[in-house]
Amino acid sequence: MLKIRDLKAGIDGKEILKGINLEVNAGEVHAIMGPNGSGKSTLSMVLAGNPAYEVKGGSVEFLGKELLDLPPEIRSHEGIFLGFQYPVEIPGVSMVNFMRAAINAKRKYFGQPPMSASDFLKMMREKRSVVELDNTLASRSVNEGFSGGEKKRNEIFQMAVLEPKLAILDETDSGLDIDALRIVANGVNKLKSSNNATIVITHYQRLLDYIKPDFVHILYKGRIVMTGGPELALELEEKGYDWIKGEDV
Amino acid sequence: MNSLTQYIDLYKAQQQLVENGSCEVMNSHRAEALQMLESGPGLPPKGAENYETIDLEKLLAPDFGINLARVDIDVNASAPFRCGVPNMTSALFFFRNDLYAEAMNARASLPEGIYVGSLSRFCEEYPIAAAKYYGRIADIRNPLVALNTLLVQDGIVVWVKEGVKVEKPIQIVGILENGMPLMALRRLLVIAEKDSEIKLLVCDHTQTDSVEFLNLVTTEVSADDNASVEIIEMEESSEKTVRLSSAYVRQGHSSHVSVVGITLYNGVTRNEYYCGFKGENARLHLAGMAIEDKQRQVDTYSVVEHTMPGCYTEELFKYVADDNAVANFSGLIRVMKGASKTEAYQNNRNIIGSDGARVYSKPTLEIYDDDVKCSHGSATGQLDEKQIFYMRTRGLSEQEARFLLKQAFMADVIDSISLHDFKLRLHTLVERRFAGDKRNCSSCHNSCITND
Repeated sequence: MLKIRDLKAGIDGKEILKGINLEVNAGEVHAIMGPNGSGKSTLSMVLAGNPAYEVKGGSVEFLGKELLDLPPEIRSHEGIFLGFQYPVEIPGVSMVNFMRAAINAKRKYFGQPPMSASDFLKMMREKRSVVELDNTLASRSVNEGFSGGEKKRNEIFQMAVLEPKLAILDETDSGLDIDALRIVANGVNKLKSSNNATIVITHYQRLLDYIKPDFVHILYKGRIVMTGGPELALELEEKGYDWIKGEDV
Repeated sequence: MNSLTQYIDLYKAQQQLVENGSCEVMNSHRAEALQMLESGPGLPPKGAENYETIDLEKLLAPDFGINLARVDIDVNASAPFRCGVPNMTSALFFFRNDLYAEAMNARASLPEGIYVGSLSRFCEEYPIAAAKYYGRIADIRNPLVALNTLLVQDGIVVWVKEGVKVEKPIQIVGILENGMPLMALRRLLVIAEKDSEIKLLVCDHTQTDSVEFLNLVTTEVSADDNASVEIIEMEESSEKTVRLSSAYVRQGHSSHVSVVGITLYNGVTRNEYYCGFKGENARLHLAGMAIEDKQRQVDTYSVVEHTMPGCYTEELFKYVADDNAVANFSGLIRVMKGASKTEAYQNNRNIIGSDGARVYSKPTLEIYDDDVKCSHGSATGQLDEKQIFYMRTRGLSEQEARFLLKQAFMADVIDSISLHDFKLRLHTLVERRFAGDKRNCSSCHNSCITND
């Protein structure tokens, strides 16, 4: 599904990703772990197409297309979803209008007519239940005045609505208490299928107790320095990031 | 060059004609207006304080026709229906250029205790009331007021008697339509007596896009003790329309006045607001929004004088300027000694959408009392790139994201309007405006009355 080859990228002239190689197939869950500043968020931003980041080299193939050539909205239509570490507040734009615009933009891309109002509301109701998001939240402005937990649940709600093929969840666990974490993780697990894939970016092993990865990669100084199974996350948790730093490459 | 000369000469030559088309009370103010224009300081030059971006000399220089003979210029009768608000019934009154008109049954549909009608007729029917209010609130030293007072022959009066609460909004539709350049002189007098309540929706339209118009409006609002007055002014004119509007508001104790100015389409607009309190604990809400593109220009000047204790002012003006548009906000809130417990907040927020657009902002507070709560703020910038990226990751195109954000930017001004159905309508109109839709009213023939 996703093939990242020797990806180099940075921001403000500073190179952060120094040659990432990663392959993700349908049905898989990959966890990317790493200490602060290792490039985890940069990777997610580059995959989603944030124009503030510059790609210096390499390629990213997604379902046979060169992802790096596509603007963010087309990446979204093609099936990429980024769950933000810090979801952005958009005062004055209601969640309902936002999601309607998003759904209809995608439908337009695939040559379909806009969704009818009743179908849309029905879908919103269904998807809300995935993350136990109440009705009032959906009628409020996007993320405005949401608590940390609500914001993250709202990210998963949007993911449920957009039904991506590849979801990249950037530190979705940060700022969550244990109950919110469980709700968010349950949401992700419910959306998992043999046709889609998930990249979970996290600082802590904790989230991986809820979202079981098939592969764990350790990102350090802009490179994936170690890849293993779920046991790698546990080992990391036990030994700490100093263990990686000690094995500096 | 002195653009005022032509108007002074015209008045002197046609004084009889002017007076014949008007009434005694209005005529009684003309001598003072003439004197102000002849021996006053004249028009402030462009660049003078509070006239930073507006060139009154230039705007008043063209040879506009003035309908002093009160000839009945034919104005398209379907126009009124374009200004309908779905689900809102209102009593409809008109300015056909500057001639007063009313819809059938407009008056009959209003409750007892409210008088809406031609100002000059009102002056004849109720000379004492007219003399008490007409020309008493507006400041004749303002050259725009003096010019209006000199030549204006009629207007609309809205007079709500003590304790009368009028649920149904009064809608005043001003239409500019003529074959040749025309100056329309309009006067609006709002008298809300003690404990009364009134809502006004004033819509300005230009129906002849190819012709130059100058719309010179003076508005006087008296909100007596405990009265509640809401006035929404919406301009949908043309690129060749100049609107010079001066609104004066005087509030009694515990009164509540809300004035919201919406500029959707215009040419050059100057909206002046002069607000003052003559009683304690009154509340004023003053807001405005303008969507400016091409060569359009909007200029807002507001002065709020707090002389009485315990009054509250909240001011919010928002502009979006694209292409080569110019927007200017200049606001002053002055809190005099003795006006303790005043709360006054002034806010101006703007978005600049292009390199050629210009926004000027001058929020000002002058405070002479110690026991007050005041703030002012101004911010001008571009749309937030983080928000745009977030929206794009959900599939919205950049253009769509910008469009939604601009709409959202105006939301708090629109939502400060109490007329619920009009508020919904306005959200739609603003959406269409940003979508680059054609003019909402003047160039389409029925889109305004379809509820979508």
